[in-house]
Amino acid sequence: MLHGAILRSPLAHARVVSVDASAARAHPAVVAVLTGADLAERGMAWMPTVFGDVQAVLATDKVRFQGQEIAFVVATDRYAARDALELISVEYEPLPPLIDAVTALDPDAPVVRDDLPGGNRVFDWSAGDKAATDAVFAGADVVVGCDMIYPRSHPAPLETCGAIADFEPVGGRLTLWSTSQAPHAHRVMYAVLTGLPEHKIRIVSPDLGGGFGAKVPVYPGYVCAIAASLATGRPVKWVEDRSENLMSTTFARDYHMHGEIAASADGEILGLRAKVLADHGAFNAAAQPSKFPAGFFHIFTGSYQARAAYCEVTGVFTNKAPGGVAYSCSFRITEAVYLVERLTDMLARELGMDPAELRMRNLLRPEQFPYTCPTGWQYDSGDYPRALQLALDMAGYDELRREQAERRARGEYMGIGLSFFTEGVGAGPRGHMDIMGLAMADGADLRVHPTGKAVLAISVQTQGQGHETTFAQLVASELGLSPDDVDVVHGDTDRTPFGLGTYGSRSTPVSGAAAVVAARKARERARVVAAVMLEVDADDLEWLDGKWRVKGDPDQALGIVEIARAAHSSLELPDGIEGHLDASAVYNPPNLTFPFGAYICVTDVDTGTGEVKVRRFIAVDDCGVRINPMIVEGQVHRGLADGIGIALMQSISFDEIGNCLSGSFMDYLLPTSLECPSPELGATVTPSPHHPVGAKGIGESATVGSPPAVVNSVVDALAPFGVVHADMPLTPANVWLAIRSAESRHPSGQTS
Amino acid sequence: MKITVTVNAADYTRVVEPRLLLIHFLRDELRLTGSHWGCDTSNCGACVVWLDETPIKSCTVLAVMADGRRVTTVEGLASAHRLDPVQEAFAACHGLQCGFCTPGMMMTARWLLDNNPDPTEADVREAISGQVCRCTGYENIVRSVLRAAKHDGAAADGPVHDGPGHDGTSHDKAGKHERRLRAAPPQGGRAVHQGPGDVRR
Repeated sequence: MLHGAILRSPLAHARVVSVDASAARAHPAVVAVLTGADLAERGMAWMPTVFGDVQAVLATDKVRFQGQEIAFVVATDRYAARDALELISVEYEPLPPLIDAVTALDPDAPVVRDDLPGGNRVFDWSAGDKAATDAVFAGADVVVGCDMIYPRSHPAPLETCGAIADFEPVGGRLTLWSTSQAPHAHRVMYAVLTGLPEHKIRIVSPDLGGGFGAKVPVYPGYVCAIAASLATGRPVKWVEDRSENLMSTTFARDYHMHGEIAASADGEILGLRAKVLADHGAFNAAAQPSKFPAGFFHIFTGSYQARAAYCEVTGVFTNKAPGGVAYSCSFRITEAVYLVERLTDMLARELGMDPAELRMRNLLRPEQFPYTCPTGWQYDSGDYPRALQLALDMAGYDELRREQAERRARGEYMGIGLSFFTEGVGAGPRGHMDIMGLAMADGADLRVHPTGKAVLAISVQTQGQGHETTFAQLVASELGLSPDDVDVVHGDTDRTPFGLGTYGSRSTPVSGAAAVVAARKARERARVVAAVMLEVDADDLEWLDGKWRVKGDPDQALGIVEIARAAHSSLELPDGIEGHLDASAVYNPPNLTFPFGAYICVTDVDTGTGEVKVRRFIAVDDCGVRINPMIVEGQVHRGLADGIGIALMQSISFDEIGNCLSGSFMDYLLPTSLECPSPELGATVTPSPHHPVGAKGIGESATVGSPPAVVNSVVDALAPFGVVHADMPLTPANVWLAIRSAESRHPSGQTS
Repeated sequence: MKITVTVNAADYTRVVEPRLLLIHFLRDELRLTGSHWGCDTSNCGACVVWLDETPIKSCTVLAVMADGRRVTTVEGLASAHRLDPVQEAFAACHGLQCGFCTPGMMMTARWLLDNNPDPTEADVREAISGQVCRCTGYENIVRSVLRAAKHDGAAADGPVHDGPGHDGTSHDKAGKHERRLRAAPPQGGRAVHQGPGDVRR
């Protein structure tokens, strides 16, 4: 096996004058060096992105962000490959970099994408009724607005990206072992890119060391490994290091938002407006449904009744790593929830109302579901007040407020932050949602062996979410089997049906539904066989307690194990009835599912140092029917840690010339066991009316819902200083600055 | 350079480059891929193994520094016939999701319990605070280690936690491994295998 390493640009923006790899090629351990020019000869120097743009695999004209791929060295061992990178000589002509997205549309801004006609503008997009919203705002008693930044962060799965490409020249088959959350979609892209027939490409993406959205896009490293294997006819391994991971693979967020909320004097929320500048980096590689350039951001009225809402989003290119939709964000609902939950807290402050009371007053009522929000989403089901009340009860909210008042009197600053979120997950209905023209439906193939053991092959792929457990449970419960008798196959395109993969909390809503539909088809096939065995009409059978039973005589019953044996036997079946019980399904969801939750975060802030300690985190989640509560809770645990990390420390930042300042775990801080408290979890169950078992997605709920709870808590703690908002990450320095700048605005000191 | 490292009680002699990292030696040379590599900067701890009796981050230790010393990896945790109580507990408590941090977490957990058989939650959080998990929020890892402590402590007879560094006597590897193996089976069941052949590979 050969080992690849990537030479990356030290500059954020520069013309590539020349790349001289001759010295590297002369290194005794080097087998090949690929440059942009080499790939251009194969038509592989540029690749399509998952959002309809193109991205350089190896730079041919310019480098557009620090860390961009320039050349790929293939050597007999990994250390030698790295050595040879030093031998490549690149001549750059530096160009002025565009780093601050706010200046991207200035007339004199450097143009990042001179290969495109639109300058630095990626898109302009809007949703909602502008006139109606403006009218609501004009008539409102109170309008509160704020600029806020959802900073660039990175999902940082503990395993970085990597691949082994193995092109077998005789059979013309390419096998790629890779870190992919969407192996089938990747296969399509590699077929388009390489010209290899799709059926000769196999993508194997076994258990991944985390993904969180970071492993949805295709990265240049994968393509380089393929190109190198095509060139050498040998397997080529490429694994990026942590700095490469943080500097070049997909970032998340980076939304500059201005939000406004309008309300009546007594606290009725009337409308919302938002204007957003979205930093997409150097290429538009956001992984999301193609009709939604701002993802599902326009669900930004959240969980509240609003008469009207309107948002505008402008996407821009900058000289930073590409990406934008990643990190458990439910296609930008993370940003939307943050916006509305911060605004709601600000409104409560303005009105002098308790934030819990304001939320309770404006939450959608159970009888309003299915509810169509002002920007057109139809929420499937919910009982929001019940979830909020449970969270308040678990927290002992009134007692916490009393404690807060006592502490404040002593000069101690604790915060109580609420957040209520509604997500829309499970993309998606094929008429509305696709990626690269591929509709977001997913398949499931179920085989039931003669002894009643079953194998379920699914199109989605696990990165630790426990598909092997949950999906086995789904099938087992439909067929009256033990989950131990169901094997789940995933992550191998040769062994699984087509589907778009795991992200956007879509596994259970889409693929889980496909598994259930396939199992129910198998069960219906079993019914026909059981009817023959019991010598009754199939209509006289009912499925009860895991068996087909004769109506009115439930002791006459057959389970799947007995039926499976008979279905494979010489038992004579009615004309037109095939034997066996195997079944397949492709599930096209009728709508998204809309999980929701109520979170409360209690913090203690040291106003001398700015340090924030998260004391308690109460999280009530409603993801519909819980297939495996232990796994659901595990997902929530993770998301709450994300919230603490994103709100308090995780930020990918740059200096003014585009040097990434967060290129290692020493600079890009992640929460440890000392920052994450033991969470207190609660559950309500409001089934989805359209999912076969009433389940909704849960994988991203806590990542979406928790950051505003943390920020609201810190801002609440700092209210006595007059702090009304502070941007994430709320590092000690930023908290300290927020206090000092508020004090300088209110020199008299405490304002409340 | 020619080095001999005792890994999980077996001796391995290899000629390696002086700059070869211990984690690459373990994974690439010995094919012990249980230990993972995650960051290069000693921050994440996916690569934690024991060098003699101490957990270390093998991404920032050179293989040559392990010459003549003992390395214990996650592959050395289970005996031939049963999992270590730490491993049992991680399985029982949903202590892992993607599993990438798990080998390092378990090696640290084993070390903690060998040195502090009855840790508090704060002790556990402190012990694993130099390691990163991106999936669990640490909650179920902490629960796993506390559960393992309970099952370690359920030893029916004999000293249980006279672990490394506490007895002040010989540190020969067989003796040390035997002591560690005296931890009772999780359910207080059958005797643990004591023969050298059954001691970690």
